Amino acid sequence: MSEQYDAIIIGGGHNGLTCAAYLAKAGRKVLVLERRHLLGGAAVTEEIYPGFKFTVCSYVVSLLRPEVIRELELAKHGLHIMPLLSSFAPMENGDYLLTHPDDSSNYHELRRHSKRDAEMFPLFNQMMYEMAHAVKPILATVPPDPSAPGLRGLQDLNYLRKHVQGMSKKSFHCLTKLMTMSVSDFLDEWFETDILKSLMALNGIIGTMLGPKSPGTAYVLLHHYMGELDGAFTAWGAQQGGTGGVSEAIASAARSHGAEIRCNAHVEQVLVKNGTAVGVVLENGDEIRSKVVASGCDPTVTFRKLLEEKELPDDLISAIDNFKYRGSSGKVNLALDGLPRYSALGDDASAQCMAEICPNMDYLERAYDDAVYGGFSKRPFMDVEMPTANDPTMAPPGKHVMSIFVQYANYALDPYETRDAQRDAFGNAVIDTLADFVPNIKDLIIHKQVLTPWDIEQRVGLTEGNIFQGELTLDQLFFFRPAPGYSDYRTPVKNYYQCGSGTHPGGGITAGPGRLGALEILRDGNV
Amino acid sequence: MLKPTPFHERTSQLCEGESWQDWSGYLSANAYELDHSHEYYAVRTGCGMFDVSPLYKYHVRGRDAMTLLNRMSTRNVAKCRVGQIVYTAWCDDDGHIVDDGTIARLGDDFFRLTTAMSLLYWLEDVGFGMDVQIEEVSEEQGALAIQGPTSRQVLQQLTSANLDDLKYFRIIEDKVAGVPVRIARNGYTGDLGYELFMDANDSLPVWDALMEKSDDYKLRPAGHIALDMVRIEAGLVLIDAEFTSATQAMYPVQRSTPFELGLDWVVNLKKDYFIGQRALREEVARGRAWTTVGIQVDVVALEALYARFGMPLMLPYHSWIDAIPLYADAGKKKQIGKATSGTWSPVMKRYVALARLKPEHAKLGSGLHIEMSIEGQRFTVPAHVVETPFFDPPRKRA
Repeated sequence: MSEQYDAIIIGGGHNGLTCAAYLAKAGRKVLVLERRHLLGGAAVTEEIYPGFKFTVCSYVVSLLRPEVIRELELAKHGLHIMPLLSSFAPMENGDYLLTHPDDSSNYHELRRHSKRDAEMFPLFNQMMYEMAHAVKPILATVPPDPSAPGLRGLQDLNYLRKHVQGMSKKSFHCLTKLMTMSVSDFLDEWFETDILKSLMALNGIIGTMLGPKSPGTAYVLLHHYMGELDGAFTAWGAQQGGTGGVSEAIASAARSHGAEIRCNAHVEQVLVKNGTAVGVVLENGDEIRSKVVASGCDPTVTFRKLLEEKELPDDLISAIDNFKYRGSSGKVNLALDGLPRYSALGDDASAQCMAEICPNMDYLERAYDDAVYGGFSKRPFMDVEMPTANDPTMAPPGKHVMSIFVQYANYALDPYETRDAQRDAFGNAVIDTLADFVPNIKDLIIHKQVLTPWDIEQRVGLTEGNIFQGELTLDQLFFFRPAPGYSDYRTPVKNYYQCGSGTHPGGGITAGPGRLGALEILRDGNV
Repeated sequence: MLKPTPFHERTSQLCEGESWQDWSGYLSANAYELDHSHEYYAVRTGCGMFDVSPLYKYHVRGRDAMTLLNRMSTRNVAKCRVGQIVYTAWCDDDGHIVDDGTIARLGDDFFRLTTAMSLLYWLEDVGFGMDVQIEEVSEEQGALAIQGPTSRQVLQQLTSANLDDLKYFRIIEDKVAGVPVRIARNGYTGDLGYELFMDANDSLPVWDALMEKSDDYKLRPAGHIALDMVRIEAGLVLIDAEFTSATQAMYPVQRSTPFELGLDWVVNLKKDYFIGQRALREEVARGRAWTTVGIQVDVVALEALYARFGMPLMLPYHSWIDAIPLYADAGKKKQIGKATSGTWSPVMKRYVALARLKPEHAKLGSGLHIEMSIEGQRFTVPAHVVETPFFDPPRKRA
């Protein structure tokens, strides 16, 4: 007889850990099972090269729900997010755009490019904050099912209706545009400076296999505007010591409430008896029993790998099989021997904390075109974070680590190449492109780690290497996430729940799915 | 005209917004960048460098130096060994606090005081007839506080002194970047940190040497806005915020005793006579009228109030110094004290404040209500008494 748990959480990613922490805080006996040797899933810090800590996959924090920080007392458990206060975008003509945390500096910097845009910029932000404020309550709500509303669904829908009705006409129209337009078209209505538009368009395409001219991308931009830090919207930050620290903080909170966390424990299957989950089977054959099981894995793993097909209704199976992952991004992580020098910027280390290689809108669209049928962009868009600009704990003094988020890298390969050859070519394309803006980069590289979407899938277990456990497009959000009728964290198998980014409110380090999943488990009262 | 500090040639180059304040007649930066966030975070993740030259500095020498300082201080300075620093307060004869500061014992008969207010006449009056030489060296010395987790590492690059051996509240003399410097292991931030005192004429090379390491150790010059946030996190009282000096108070109600400021640990009633001792003994017997504690504001309740206005939660972006009414009840029937300074703590994710309360309402965990206004409308928000320091990392003493 093995030990009996109240709840088993499959996957020690940040959402699984969050779910565990909430259940443990509610007095339940909880076990987290993580396949890898370390916790965090895609939110990990690893010392890939001695002395250099890499935020191997996920590298910034913005959408982490404030209620989770508060309720789990994450700051006490080691959460320490330093704000990323500026963003630097070099242009191909040697000029650049550098945004600042204060309005007057932004005004003067933008005036160099366009007097009109300098004046529009604060108005645009104000409008986006208003939109984000209008949409944000949705993030902390369990999606109602509008097709089959019970009393609770009706209440939730009514709450949302009231909320939306409170918006001005102008805001409502704007929201509709955001829901339908491409980010490129949307920004064209506001600005004339190409570099400003391409810099802002990034948040519309990150993690999505869509180009800035694809409809629907404007909404993704809004999704990222909902990120907040200390009550300020659109505040991005980096966890000191790397993103793994966020997972560690949540794990520490879970442990402080008595949760047990096991690494190197690969769950093979969920044990189902008469349509009810009763535990899990590990890869080594061990069975562990529990009253409920929750999966922090993506929908494909949760439904198609951990369960037998016979446990699921057809509509769910086809919805999950049609769920779009289409990993679109790769990661190149560098250990550097010294400070990289952007030819446009000079020696200002702190301005380099966040740099974007997106010199114009067509560049971004072309990068998409290159990869849309497979393979990767020849000149990719890059979100270049150098945490060591502010964080002394990630590399030895005078050295740096650089986390380069690269888009687009199609999960589907060029059929004529091997994986290794593709990975090498991908890594080289990234470094060659970066070297156009940072001439000394090649001389500084001590170590290089290249991850294609396939590598991310193998390493972290994210299907097709999608960093959000499924694209964040409107057709896959809210009550469509992961499938219509199954967005309330429950599954057709009794006592088997979802708590990963494949559920509402979606990907990014939000901890929202973990929290909402746990609250639904507790609401059901089966444990 | 405000005076430049010995570092002004450098600080004036860096102060982007020309945002200065008057600190004891010197130009002192509020923030170097237009936004203070980098400076605040530098103190908690890297190292913040504060130009604290405007502190008043006094050397007290002579056979009776210790007697003088001990007669003045609420703490027992006699216990302070050579190379040690004590934080203390000094009071008037009625037990009302005049100022607080540090006394470093540099030799058997040689002490150095740093204070917020000028104290020369006080020292001379207390030392009347004693065998002491009192010298003000405020203008002759430049002072830098380097505070934060990397402060030890960065300083170690520039000195042959073994900083691992320099314990909390100890002071040594050595060279930093070739310049003779007194290195004190203390600060006003609640973090690992040092205060460096050097000849004003030798100050710039020390600044330059530290700045040369700034990229490697994430050191940044930091100003008052960041300093005030971290000192509140550290639970440290500030003159003209938590108290008014007895020598400057116009009316009795403005005066405070160390007990009223929660500085009980700084008062040693058993030591030899000191100024104010009699009154403080009487206060203990009688029971104090006020005490000062930490409180934490309930941000969930605050968020709900903002929601009434259709607004998201607005947290203060930097600290405030004010006198905010505190009540026993949400209906504001019974006022029990005031909050004197507060801040949202970005690292702790807590809204904290220092508060002067009636002792019966100041027990740990006690609930209270703080007045706040949203769009000009007044509300009360629940808060409760919590421990100070709010922020107290082990590295502070390690």
